Amino acid sequence: MTTKAPPTGPPRVRRRRLAGAGVVIRRRLLVAVPVLAATSMGMFALGAASPIDPAQQYAGAAAFTTTEENLAQLRANWGVDDPLPVQYARWVGNLLRGDLGWSTSRHEPVTSVLAARAGWTLLLVGVALALVLVASVLLGTLAAYRRGGWFDRALRSVAYAVQSMPVFWIGLAVIALFALTLGWLPAGGLTDLTATGTDPADVARHLVLPVTVLAISQAPWFVLFVRDAVAESLRDDHVLAARARGLPGRTVLFGHALRTALLPFLTLVGTHLPELVGGAVLVETVFSLPGLGAVTVQAALGADFPLLAATTLATTVVVLTANLATDLGYAAADPRVRLDD
Amino acid sequence: MTDPAPAPATTPAPPSAATPTTTMPAPAPATRPARRRPSRRLSTLLRGGRPGVVLAAGVLTAAVVACLLAPLLWPLDQSAVDLARTRLAPSPDHLAGTDDLGRDVALRSLYGLRVSLLVGAVAALVATVIGGLVGAVAGTVGGRVDRALMRVVDTIAALPHLLLGIFIVAMLRPSLGAVVASIALTHWLSTARIVRSELLSLRSRPFIDAAVSGGAGRARVLTRHLLPHVLPRLALATTLMVPHAVWHETALSFLGLGLPPHLASIGNMINDGQRSLLTGAWWASIVPGLALVTVTLALAALTGRWRDRLDPRVRAELQL
Repeated sequence: MTTKAPPTGPPRVRRRRLAGAGVVIRRRLLVAVPVLAATSMGMFALGAASPIDPAQQYAGAAAFTTTEENLAQLRANWGVDDPLPVQYARWVGNLLRGDLGWSTSRHEPVTSVLAARAGWTLLLVGVALALVLVASVLLGTLAAYRRGGWFDRALRSVAYAVQSMPVFWIGLAVIALFALTLGWLPAGGLTDLTATGTDPADVARHLVLPVTVLAISQAPWFVLFVRDAVAESLRDDHVLAARARGLPGRTVLFGHALRTALLPFLTLVGTHLPELVGGAVLVETVFSLPGLGAVTVQAALGADFPLLAATTLATTVVVLTANLATDLGYAAADPRVRLDD
Repeated sequence: MTDPAPAPATTPAPPSAATPTTTMPAPAPATRPARRRPSRRLSTLLRGGRPGVVLAAGVLTAAVVACLLAPLLWPLDQSAVDLARTRLAPSPDHLAGTDDLGRDVALRSLYGLRVSLLVGAVAALVATVIGGLVGAVAGTVGGRVDRALMRVVDTIAALPHLLLGIFIVAMLRPSLGAVVASIALTHWLSTARIVRSELLSLRSRPFIDAAVSGGAGRARVLTRHLLPHVLPRLALATTLMVPHAVWHETALSFLGLGLPPHLASIGNMINDGQRSLLTGAWWASIVPGLALVTVTLALAALTGRWRDRLDPRVRAELQL
């Protein structure tokens, strides 16, 4: 179906850039389904290997006083004594119907936990990612321009140092300095204790520190990548040609070198997303934000399988989608990349 | 000076117009031509190194010695609770102050470093064994098995590995074994990829063909010809993994999902210190973290240098 287009004028070519998008999306879905199936199976197997008895977990302290018959009745009601494949099929069937199960640590449906909290995590990750991208492109390009200069060396030293700092440690240090010693910004939470609603200005003030900490902890990887990529492309022929034509340095740097360097950057953002999510979990814990991270930790402490499985699977779906989006963006930005071959 | 390589005086200078294949001089038997293979010995690393590398080696040595000798150097008991001296600021008596139970923070940081580094190293070894086996099977068997295994690797790589680690610990219940399993099961991917690609590129090399046509069996080729080439790579991958394993353990312990409280790892200490932090005693959390950052940074700088020596092509890539 993909007949080779004859080399016609530029408008035709431009139109064909995303020609294969449908095929790619379909192919990616074909891969994503086995990936999700394998992930869910692996998690289910781990959950089944867990030494926790869901009936006793449900009963809590009452487990000591209830009779063995009651516990057995509970197990029979839930079907936890059924063979594993049967249990797995039932669980997946429920997932597909939108029933994510009952969170044993929060005592509410998993869907409502996700609905109430996913937004805050997305906000945190989204703003931090935007900040990281802008800052790393700017700093990395400047460092690459004078490679080996003092700014380059300082930036790289700082980047390597920050890379080895646990994000929660940075968070605690920032709280100690800016919130407790200087008292500029709140130490945690999403709103003031006295606030009744979520006033945007109040929330923004509470998000300054968490977003900055998450951005700082993720930035080194991006900064170093941009710096290396721009330094590489500064030696390309077309950049040399632009210089030879006498274009001003700034135009060459941002208009020519940076543009070519940014393309591979796009796909790498997608692959780095899982790291960002992990960082968000830790940042939310440090700053007591009501996002998915804190819930995940709580669920882990209580061995809450339905909630943990749902958050992990949901994050996987988001990451896979983001990877697809960056690939499509890559194809849209780079005319050399053809999706349909 | 466009001379290709500083050849020893005994080898005749090649005629200038000859094609490369005919200029191959007979190897001088007595004096072997100086091989430009980068040396991997620590002393060479240090001698040619930048001051940062020497500093890193010094810091690492000091930390390891202090960790090993801590029980001899400080007669204090690291777990001794002294409720009369809680949250003392740093002073000559307690170099890094005391925590909310009156324990000496500096001493506990040393013990914590011990636990963290040990757990990290063990977990990195386990991860290397898993990754090495998977990579070896994929690289030697090839075909459908290779594709299936690599698909598994790609799948796990797409998951947020901290979430996966939390999930594993949650299901196995927090304990030493669960933490090691959590680190190993999320960190073996890169090793598997390295071993596989190394084996794939080695398989088509002439010396393997020579060994096979010389009658070497599959096992002999694997152990005598392939393994020696893969081992340095594997050792490097393991060392590079140790800081990551330590960070993973620290994160789990900080969340309260890691090592049991009686094993004072750095993560546990930072978690404990959070209570003191809110009352202004910042040292209980910040000092242990600082110790960890210093040591892992030194470790990462050294291994990064080692990798540069082993494979100059990836120098442009990121360290760590």
